[in-house]
Amino acid sequence: MTQAPEQEAPPVPEGHVRLTIDGETVDAPKGEILIRTCERLGIVVPRFCDHPLLEPAGACRQCLVEVEMGGRPMPKPQASCTMTVADGMVVKTQRTSAVADKAQQGVMELLLINHPLDCPICDKGGECPLQNQAMSSGRAESRFHEHKRTFEKPLAISDEVLLDRERCVLCQRCTRFSEQIAGDPFIELLERGAHQQIGTEETAWGDGEDFQSYFSGNTIQICPVGALTSASYRFRSRPFDLVSTPGKCEHCASGCSTRRDWRRGGVTRVLAGEDPNVNEEWLCDKGRFAFRYPTSVQRVLQPMVREDGVLTPVSWVEALERAATLLASARDGGGAPRVDDEGTELGPKRGVGVLPGGRLTIEDAYAYGKFARLALRTNDVDHRARAHSDEELDFLAGHAAGVAPTHVSFAHLEAARTVLCVAFEPEEEAAIVFLRLRKAARHGTRVVHLSSWTTPAVVKTGGHLVRVAPGDEPAALADLPDDLAAALAEPGAVVLVGERAAEVPGLLTAVSDLGARTGARIAWVPRRAGERGGVDAGTLPTLLPGSRTVTDADHREAVAEVWGVPTLPETPGRDLTAMLTAARDGELAGLVLGGVELRDLPDPELARAALAEADVVISLEQVLSEVSEHADVVLPVAPAVNRSGTYRNWEGRDRPFGTTIDPGQGGSGRVGGTAAVTLPDCRVLDSLAVEMDVDLFTQTPQAAAAELAELGAVAVTPSTPATRPAAPHADDPSRTPDVGEAPLARPVRLATWRQLIDGGALLAEEHDLPGTARPVRLRAAVGTAERLGLVPGQTARIADALDLVVEIADLPEDVVWAPSHVPVAGGVVTLAGLGLRHGDLVEVTGSTVGNGGEQ
Amino acid sequence: MSDQPEEYRPDPLTPVLTRRWLLPESWTLRHYTELGGYSALDTALATDPADLVTLVKDSGLRGRGGAGFPTGMKWSFIPQPKPGEEPTEATKDAPQFKPKYLVVNADEGEPGTCKDTPLMMADPHSLIEGCIITSWAIRANFCAIYIRGEIVHAIRRLHYAVKEAYEAGHLGQDIHGTGFDLDIVVHAGAGAYICGEETALLDSLEGRRGQPRLKPPFPATAGLYAAPTVVNNVETIATVPSIVAGGKEWFRTMGRERSPGPKIYSLSGHVERPGQYEAPLGTTLRELLEMAGGMKDGIPLKFWTPGGSSTPLFTDEHLDVPLDFEGAAEAGSMLGTTALMIFNETVSVPWAVMKWTEFYEHESCGKCTPCREGNYWLAGILQRMNAGQGTEEDIDTLLDVCSNVLGRSFCALGDGAVSPITSGIKYFRQEFLDLCSQQQSPAPERVLAGAH
Repeated sequence: MTQAPEQEAPPVPEGHVRLTIDGETVDAPKGEILIRTCERLGIVVPRFCDHPLLEPAGACRQCLVEVEMGGRPMPKPQASCTMTVADGMVVKTQRTSAVADKAQQGVMELLLINHPLDCPICDKGGECPLQNQAMSSGRAESRFHEHKRTFEKPLAISDEVLLDRERCVLCQRCTRFSEQIAGDPFIELLERGAHQQIGTEETAWGDGEDFQSYFSGNTIQICPVGALTSASYRFRSRPFDLVSTPGKCEHCASGCSTRRDWRRGGVTRVLAGEDPNVNEEWLCDKGRFAFRYPTSVQRVLQPMVREDGVLTPVSWVEALERAATLLASARDGGGAPRVDDEGTELGPKRGVGVLPGGRLTIEDAYAYGKFARLALRTNDVDHRARAHSDEELDFLAGHAAGVAPTHVSFAHLEAARTVLCVAFEPEEEAAIVFLRLRKAARHGTRVVHLSSWTTPAVVKTGGHLVRVAPGDEPAALADLPDDLAAALAEPGAVVLVGERAAEVPGLLTAVSDLGARTGARIAWVPRRAGERGGVDAGTLPTLLPGSRTVTDADHREAVAEVWGVPTLPETPGRDLTAMLTAARDGELAGLVLGGVELRDLPDPELARAALAEADVVISLEQVLSEVSEHADVVLPVAPAVNRSGTYRNWEGRDRPFGTTIDPGQGGSGRVGGTAAVTLPDCRVLDSLAVEMDVDLFTQTPQAAAAELAELGAVAVTPSTPATRPAAPHADDPSRTPDVGEAPLARPVRLATWRQLIDGGALLAEEHDLPGTARPVRLRAAVGTAERLGLVPGQTARIADALDLVVEIADLPEDVVWAPSHVPVAGGVVTLAGLGLRHGDLVEVTGSTVGNGGEQ
Repeated sequence: MSDQPEEYRPDPLTPVLTRRWLLPESWTLRHYTELGGYSALDTALATDPADLVTLVKDSGLRGRGGAGFPTGMKWSFIPQPKPGEEPTEATKDAPQFKPKYLVVNADEGEPGTCKDTPLMMADPHSLIEGCIITSWAIRANFCAIYIRGEIVHAIRRLHYAVKEAYEAGHLGQDIHGTGFDLDIVVHAGAGAYICGEETALLDSLEGRRGQPRLKPPFPATAGLYAAPTVVNNVETIATVPSIVAGGKEWFRTMGRERSPGPKIYSLSGHVERPGQYEAPLGTTLRELLEMAGGMKDGIPLKFWTPGGSSTPLFTDEHLDVPLDFEGAAEAGSMLGTTALMIFNETVSVPWAVMKWTEFYEHESCGKCTPCREGNYWLAGILQRMNAGQGTEEDIDTLLDVCSNVLGRSFCALGDGAVSPITSGIKYFRQEFLDLCSQQQSPAPERVLAGAH
């Protein structure tokens, strides 16, 4: 933008102004803040309160510059973080103005008088804007002879965030972030003058709410001094002793960019990476603080086979040979013939099903899909370790498989005038999507939630709720308020649908219909990082890689050609529930599982029975789990930090990442120095297949990715499926909870979804993070609570098994809400484990009245 | 005695705002009405609002809160729909179609200032009548009076007066049958000096933490609840009815060309009869002292503030400075709130400056670095100096820190805070030096606990 003075000045571009900064002429878009224009010229103006994603504050006064307007110098130096550019403005920064330089030096001196200057023991030392700018804009000698203001420290403003008020420069980045970006204004300025400090209701009054936010960790990262520190990182290391490696978050389907700082084989902290297209500069607390599971004591570091009923460590060769032999036998029905109750011979169990789980990279998913089809010769593969349906398979084929970010992306959410969330609680199920929805809502997007109550996310995205009882969602979508239906018909409108939609028969069809009716773009937002990649890489029973269908002969042929095989299995495979049922019923001989938590499955009891009954169970795992207890062979696989790969996020955007800590580089497999080489799933499956005389060519993620790219994808236009699936669970009498002969005393309908921090498998070894989880509550409307004898603040019993504290919320009458996963001492209780799911009738009793209590 | 030319000699007293103060039960509606109160209201309501704005503009009335901004011009900044303009889809959220608000700044907190409080005690209806006229002029249907929380007696008087005005039909629906509606809310502050800053006042009034707002947007376009808002001082608003009743020519018979009208000067300190003296703008301290009976016990004047502690000090050299906006500025200070704190020769300047600085340290809102940290430091140095542990170097440090606060802070609080220090050293440097040298033997223990 700069030009030599002798040249003829080109006209000022439309919507721009021309000004001079330190003698250089620059064109800047109207409304730009001066400090940004300086940045574009490479002029660094020191600052603390300024942050490009926060609204200007002008509080720290560190960025003062001299400004001349219309030939007249302004009487005072101006804060360049609040002043917008204007035509003909002449700006002199500290580089050319003694006044600006003196002003900045003065402010820096004032910032330091009450600062403890404890850089040598401060977490921020070495990466601290205050430290750096004190060097560039501070004076070498102190003139301050008075006493420094002191505070008690540190102050835990939440379990994860610790506040050192002495170091704070009161720039208000943290409070502005919490208010503007996260919408959780639980921290605020307290007191005034030199006693001003950041605090919470709890720190102010000794009792009350602390910093309750899923995004609290961001305040630590944007704090320009060492005032906010992380409980998990405090005093652990110096930033210059750490290796920083860019990564992608493995915790959900948003695919945030991260920076992992590590040393000696372990990650020390995770920071948000900058990625304007995805997470901007933010990260949720789960992504930031849940990083210790790879160093958990439960981590599997050696292959194991079951000998005399006990898992025994063996070499890779032995484990792979054993697994291959068992799988080949199970596939081919090599076991003993079965005999039914009447003594009729039924033939041996036959076949192996594959349950890869939802956390895979796209390369691993590709390997699982190929392994199933080539090594096991079946389409029995399903990564959906959650509630699922046939209707969903059709929906995914039509609306998710092969869909690129050009269809719906984070940017589309921001640009849309209307976004409808269906079966999707963004703050709990895709926290970064929530941040973008909130940003959109703050700039005029109408974000509407089809949900059962006004959740915090509903409030923080503008408060638009279409209240609906569980199970009634399809009818509600068919009969949306007129103004909402009209708004969805406007260009750019988006419908976000969560994976939970599969729990409600007919809902995904209703979403498709809504899209067809209004033209709104539909995007499917699953929870887990690998769900979307699995759809595209072929780990569904009906889909081959590249959005090809199993039932399409041309599609099969195209894949077979690349894979170098004559044919592929033609029959669509069984889904997860069907495979588990078949295994339990003695039809399916074996199962291959990849990091599946049984408690996450729609019917954990069925899964346990199936694993107990199956002849062969092969488990690819990072940490020992309930599956390992049933496994014949356990093959250790590498966690995300020890490998490279690519997640495909909900947008369909590839999120490639390199190895953070290479366990092959000596002694870094786990803290404590035990060398352990674990391998990516795709590599393990490749070797396993070789033992079964099949070549997968997925030795490395790169090889798998290359072949997947070679396959390409068939063009997909997101559309309504041609055939309407029968609603799989509609009026299914088996879904009514079994309560014996007596009818339910007080039947109410259950609404449920998972909370972000709920004792999930990847939260292992995190001791501070659970403290920031949302409290587990049973919610009901006032009338329902009265009718059921529920008292707010006291416990109620759900399904005669689980006690939860009651809270009043604006649910429909005769509906209660509870989180799907409830962390309890020593584990997690799931509603699915109690035989309950979204939309079911459930019995709830208050603590004050028994079953036969007064109404 | 003054050596000013005869034609500049104003009348010694011009009771306009204060003329009812000494009457029995002057604060009641009955007495206010008997003395012609609320008659200007009928005149105003019969006048086109735009003409009222012009009238106040032509009268030359300037804001009495300290800055002296022309009142009529401030009112004219409120965006109003053009004649016949109706809101469209595109303009429905434009400022001209938002509600307008009048906010009266009655958070009188400047040290030494005591003019709005007695006015609201003795003559609250003049303020209320001014509020109604002003609201009509700017087309506001809601007016808030943000009153300092500590002056409980005045709050009660004002509440009572508002109630009386409602009962008399001066407030509420369809005032005097004109179809004009106005509600007045009296809102008590919670004891923060910063809430006298107009944008901090608005935040406080909205229920937020009282800290100054970023400008632009200015209150005239986005003030209370982000709607166009006029914020005026009590004295300014209370002057409006007399302008409506007396006319701009009458108003301009008092004061000077660029600062016309009467002004309440509050004299405090070492004078025989401290109190409020309403005189034309441009009156000198010498004249005011004459009215107040001279210096107490005849002890000579040493220093004084022309408009509260935020205005640079004057000395006995400045007895004949005309106290209006221009006169005070030309002499190197500001008119401020015309709070004249008068100190005789018994008072130590460094001590007085320390007490004022302690006030600013206590009242700094903390938002910006220069004011928050600067006042902490300045107060510390002055305390040490007054405790006999200062050095000559500290005087340079004081001045340099002042220069790093003045013009660098977010709002004017920081600018005002350094005024007593810089002007004190300017006129009485030797006194600071003496304080340091007197007590430097034996050499004071340097406090280095917090050095960096």
